[in-house]
Amino acid sequence: MAILASKVNTRDEQFKANYESMQAVVDDVNAKVEQIKQGGGPKYQERHLSRGKLLPRQRINKLLDAGSAFLEIGQFAAWDVYDDYVPAAGVVAGIGRVEGVECMIVANDATVKGGTYYPLTVKKHLRAQEIAERCHLPCIYLVDSGGANLPRQDDVFPDKDHFGRIFFNQANMSAKGIPQIAVVMGLCTAGGAYVPAMADESVIVKEQGTIFLAGPPLVKAATGEEVSAEELGGADVHTRVSGVADHFAHNDEHALALARRSVARLNRPAPTQLDQRESKPPRYDAKELYGIVGIDLRKPYDVHEVIARVVDDSDFDEFKANYGTTLVTGFARIHGYPVGIVANNGILFSESAQKGAHFIELCAQRKIPLVFLQNITGFMVGKKYEAEGIAKHGAKMVMAVSCAKVPKFTVLIGGSYGAGNYGMCGRAYDPTLMFMWPNARISVMGGEQAAGVMAQVTKDNLARKGEKLSAEDEAKLKQPIVEQYEKQGHPYYASGRLWDDGIIDPAQTRDVLGLSIAASLNAPIEDSQFGVFRM
Amino acid sequence: MIQSLLIANRGEIACRVIETARQMGIRTIAVYSAADAQARHTQLADEAYYIGPAPSNESYLKADTIIDVAKSAGADAIHPGYGFLSENESFAELCQQNDIIFVGPPVSAIAAMGSKSAAKAIMEEAGVPLVPGYHGSEQDEDTLFSKAKEVGFPLLLKAAYGGGGKGMRVVESEQDFKSALSSAKREAKSSFGNDKVLFERFIRNPRHVEIQVFCDQHGNAVYLAERDCSVQRRHQKVIEEAPAPALSETTRQAMGEAAVKAAKAIDYVGAGTVEFLYDASGEFFFMEMNTRLQVEHPVTEMITGLDLVEWQLMVASGDSLPLTQDAVTVNGHAFEARIYAEDPANDFLPSTGTIRHLRTPAVNAGVRIDTGVEQGDEISSFYDPMIAKLIVWDTDRDRALLKLQRALKQYRVTGLHTNIEFLHRLASHPAFMRMDLTTEFIQQYEQSLFPESTQDLAWVRTEAAVFDVLQRQTQITTNNSPWNRADALRLNEAAVHVVEFSDGEELNRVELEQTDNGFNVTIGEERFAIQASIRDDQLNVVVNGHRYQRYIATCDDTLTVFTEQGPVTLHRHKVADTLVDDNAGGGLVAPMNGTITDVLVSKGDHVEKDQALVIMEAMKMEYTIKAHCAGEVTDVFFASGDLVSDGDELVAIAEKE
Repeated sequence: MAILASKVNTRDEQFKANYESMQAVVDDVNAKVEQIKQGGGPKYQERHLSRGKLLPRQRINKLLDAGSAFLEIGQFAAWDVYDDYVPAAGVVAGIGRVEGVECMIVANDATVKGGTYYPLTVKKHLRAQEIAERCHLPCIYLVDSGGANLPRQDDVFPDKDHFGRIFFNQANMSAKGIPQIAVVMGLCTAGGAYVPAMADESVIVKEQGTIFLAGPPLVKAATGEEVSAEELGGADVHTRVSGVADHFAHNDEHALALARRSVARLNRPAPTQLDQRESKPPRYDAKELYGIVGIDLRKPYDVHEVIARVVDDSDFDEFKANYGTTLVTGFARIHGYPVGIVANNGILFSESAQKGAHFIELCAQRKIPLVFLQNITGFMVGKKYEAEGIAKHGAKMVMAVSCAKVPKFTVLIGGSYGAGNYGMCGRAYDPTLMFMWPNARISVMGGEQAAGVMAQVTKDNLARKGEKLSAEDEAKLKQPIVEQYEKQGHPYYASGRLWDDGIIDPAQTRDVLGLSIAASLNAPIEDSQFGVFRM
Repeated sequence: MIQSLLIANRGEIACRVIETARQMGIRTIAVYSAADAQARHTQLADEAYYIGPAPSNESYLKADTIIDVAKSAGADAIHPGYGFLSENESFAELCQQNDIIFVGPPVSAIAAMGSKSAAKAIMEEAGVPLVPGYHGSEQDEDTLFSKAKEVGFPLLLKAAYGGGGKGMRVVESEQDFKSALSSAKREAKSSFGNDKVLFERFIRNPRHVEIQVFCDQHGNAVYLAERDCSVQRRHQKVIEEAPAPALSETTRQAMGEAAVKAAKAIDYVGAGTVEFLYDASGEFFFMEMNTRLQVEHPVTEMITGLDLVEWQLMVASGDSLPLTQDAVTVNGHAFEARIYAEDPANDFLPSTGTIRHLRTPAVNAGVRIDTGVEQGDEISSFYDPMIAKLIVWDTDRDRALLKLQRALKQYRVTGLHTNIEFLHRLASHPAFMRMDLTTEFIQQYEQSLFPESTQDLAWVRTEAAVFDVLQRQTQITTNNSPWNRADALRLNEAAVHVVEFSDGEELNRVELEQTDNGFNVTIGEERFAIQASIRDDQLNVVVNGHRYQRYIATCDDTLTVFTEQGPVTLHRHKVADTLVDDNAGGGLVAPMNGTITDVLVSKGDHVEKDQALVIMEAMKMEYTIKAHCAGEVTDVFFASGDLVSDGDELVAIAEKE
């Protein structure tokens, strides 16, 4: 037992100010989610409902087991990205339990631009599949989409990670024994027709679902044949004549019940067993994270205070506590599951990087999932540090992170800048799931630093001409750069582009990680094979 | 000395007898039918023997088989309980012939009281007061009709060899007499194998007061106080009590002495009950004598502190009565409520099915439960649908009644309809509390006994939803996966549990927002914060500072909430509900499991509304299925003698345009 003793004073003025500032950004996230949940807005939702169809989130709620959590991914996808308002990128996705099995659910929202695929819709769909494939989660597609967004076809259709990849993934997941189930609850045209056609099992709703390669207008134009949508590709045709779909549903609710039955008979293997213990809540209130962390990234805090509010019983067995102290590593449990925690407590030095590499190897060896709590401005710079080989020590950590095959979970709890992002399992390092707190920022370097670099370069150029940069001009030069970095490093910008899987309330971190770990254990944990470490 | 006792009965009375016999060191032998292989009495006895298929005339009424079992099992006595063979003189005779002690009166006494008409003649001779009536053997319709006119209307028509209210009818006036007579005869024939009837003046608003008598083989006789069994429905007792309230000491003594006189007139031995009608003026009339242990004997035991089964066994062994009349004392007051599987709202129609959930009040010196069933047991149509007898005792009537009310509230049964809530309303009825007892009580206070529900269903549904969610959240699982927590977690929004209930037509949804220590719910305009926890079927709720308990039983897709106003059963919304093709309608279905006794129409017949179509028998009662509209019979699905299940369509009628 190594219970972390919190030194936080909740009556402190700074704590209160931090708390309020964090509460404000959390409230803003919640308000935006409330808006995102409205999909295409009341007009389109009412029209959708009047056809006897359920809204995508209602469908998901009915599909899930009563009381199941829903770990939504890409909630902010396409937020403020396009000129069009495309909440959640027109598709709701996430992990939820169906008949006791964790599944990946992908539900088109026909109230958002007819459920058509924008580039980020495709990216989100593919990301959902990637998570499913990684975690061996059965996929349930609730299809109700007009297909590719035609005006943006060049960013949707031709490339590797475009529309076609959806079906490639279905085929390959099916090959791996990861079930693919499609429920056709609306349009499913052209390329979209392959979602049910490629599925292992499919359900189609009477008078709602249609599957065809070309809709009635195109058929008429091509061959002159006049045919109704229902005759061309309705539930009756596909379950009775063509065999494109397997189960006939009377309505949405019935279709979802049939989908649940499909999952109930999957005969899924039991998840990977870790040495799991009874889950114990942390000894400190998770909401105190607001007051500890605040939103000012320049104000330092001890990351142990964060760990104490995330891990079971605030019990943390620190590894190499006195060595390379700017990186905190150690063993703990989250919802009873053993985890290795890697958390920043300042800038990375050679020792901290080597310690990180060592610890990651340990966890990979023991098949213990890794949790990265990322708050990093980068690696130390300067003559002394380059001379002691900080580049190769940093490389060791990046090598270890890259090759570790245990489930990895990254939470951006503060800054995520430069190579620090790499060593701490940024998006490029394939974390199983990655989340961001609303106070966090992500960019190649901090806005101030970037502006400083640009100002220095300008100053140097002027100096060569014997000129000087006035303080006023310097400020004028820096201002837009700082603003650009602030905008592009913001969680809404990042999450909107799916650089992560979602923005989470710091107070939900422990539950989100617990659900994520449990979901990842549906796949076996592979052995890790590391590359050549530069010694 | 009786050393081995065979109990020729089932259910609570078999269990009751076994318990006393066991305490006396006697070896107990049960018998069971195919339906009772797992029944409580079968398990409770030291040994049990199979005696035949479920229908009682193939098992519990098979005198020969039972005698054979008694002999091969080495039983030296048979206790017949009540019902079945208990008042069957030929069975008692058979016991005698086989040297087996029949725990009951001598054959001659059973014979004397077996025919109600003969019994009355004996009583008349012995000077026991009687109600005017006809008990003669002339049974042709015309004679009976003219005799009926002599006695006067209203009159009560009964099967001469019947008991327990079967085949009884009140005939209000002359013109109803003949039709009532024919159906009484039919029922008497099928129930008792003899269609002989008798009748007498029907006394309005009488009380039913009965005296427990006990006689030994040495000519000693005592009476063990009286019981008031006035509250009846369809001539079956509902709540009995002892002693009879508001009865003068003089009347009590006069009645007791008359009862002993009656018993002695037939050289009675053992436990018997002499029933009297007690009218408002204080007069009492002999009704009948039951030559067996009565269902309601426990109330007598509670106030006298005696064990009547023990006395029966002692007397049967040849012992003298342990007490003289002077030594018999009465202490306090006792009630017995008969808990039945029946639907009071639907004319007390018996209810069959499996007891899915059964919780009973704690048993102690003041609360006693005599029962033969346990959770998971089935109440079938083969036998009496009694679930249990709840008996309470306290120092006076008011206290005992309060205890009865509370104990009834603690008696929770689901899986079939029961009369528990009805019993509670009865026990808490002001008229019952102020002892305004008559045999017409239930008809008289029908309106207040069957009040309109003022149930706050929105709140009941909320309680059920909270229970449902908590049950899921506290479910024991094989691992600690956080996915098991069923906390409806959502990212960046409130966790909301949606619980939907549906009665097939209306869909009601309850939305509970999960909070750190409970749930928030909005009903109408009002928002409530609920803290709750569960233990077994108990839901503990704190809302607005008010803490209370609710009991909720779940089985399959139903949740039954036991509210202050009685149980409310809610059905979880299931998708299949919305898919039922409602092409039915115009179908006439069996109200319960039973046997078709007569089919009165055939395909193609034109029928009028309310015309009798099919007669079926179930639970030893006759039911007439009538046309719900005028029209043409398009199909008849069963024939006479067929067994039908609850809900089976019997006849199809195409409604006349």
